[in-house]
Amino acid sequence: MVELCVLYDKVRFEEKSIYNKALEKGLVIRMMDSRKVSITTESERNEFALGDVILQRSVSHFRGLYLTACLESLDFLVINGFKVGEICGNKLLTSLCLARNNIPTPRTSFAFSAEAALRVIHSKGFPVVLKPVIGSWGRGVYPLRDKETSNMIIETREENDNPLSRIYYLQEMVKRPSRDLRCIVVGNEIVAAIYRYSPDDEWRTNVARGGKAESAPITSELEDITLRAAYAVGGGVLGVDLMEDDRRGLVVHEINNTVEFRGASSVSSRDIPGAIIDYSVDFAKK
Amino acid sequence: MNKECQECGAEIKIPDDSLVGEIVTCPDCGADFEIANKTQNSVDLKPAESVGEDWGQ
Repeated sequence: MVELCVLYDKVRFEEKSIYNKALEKGLVIRMMDSRKVSITTESERNEFALGDVILQRSVSHFRGLYLTACLESLDFLVINGFKVGEICGNKLLTSLCLARNNIPTPRTSFAFSAEAALRVIHSKGFPVVLKPVIGSWGRGVYPLRDKETSNMIIETREENDNPLSRIYYLQEMVKRPSRDLRCIVVGNEIVAAIYRYSPDDEWRTNVARGGKAESAPITSELEDITLRAAYAVGGGVLGVDLMEDDRRGLVVHEINNTVEFRGASSVSSRDIPGAIIDYSVDFAKK
Repeated sequence: MNKECQECGAEIKIPDDSLVGEIVTCPDCGADFEIANKTQNSVDLKPAESVGEDWGQ
């Protein structure tokens, strides 16, 4: 029988529902705190009781990413793999990957100094959206609407100690309804699609910011672009986020490799953790 | 099962189905604690890790 392992550093709704669903299916599953794992260059796979397939669910991107690299070096199967995590956890790499694969995505500029960032902002015109290269839940995402505010925010980014603060990711503000779409992809299938509506006093749609979830129809256009985006980053268990651009139709703006699906579970009739477990078991058998 | 909040002394209810690694929040002061250990008769809490810049998806 395939044995599963969930690597976590904080047990959220998602990790708990995967764990409980596996037990319900009669599978062997263990929870492992990623903060307690250490590996050396001399480590052997048999020193670690991590089962046949590992679900990397660490909430800390870098902890999860580098631990995945270590585990893959010991030939463990990890969902999602290092390459997928490296691309999806970094908005710049995601945008480049989407563009390279001809997947519609918002027009985005990258700049590597404050001076260059301001030049891009002033040449593109307002509004423009400044996003952190790494980060989530809508933190550090700023709509820049005038020169003065832009100068101040870029100055703040320059003063931050984090070197990634000086990598500037500037995206067009897509003209869209007050919602976006999140598709939960498991392998070759969209298991759930939801609209995420911004709360009244907020333009960001993240459920973590109070965004409201509503079930969305999986149209053939949505399925095509979502699955192409998922394959482009390497596939697996992913959250593909899209916007409905007034002129271009659907555009993919983000792909999540440790997808949160509490909002989707609350409005979808599909058993999302069950689908993730079935995929993981099949993945281990291949 | 209830535990005393290490910050303000209020009672924090620990759900029966909670798992090690889950976060519980004090209803009075809002402090977050992680369930560090859990047996049938006891639960240990520790202050939850603060949210990092690289957290979440």
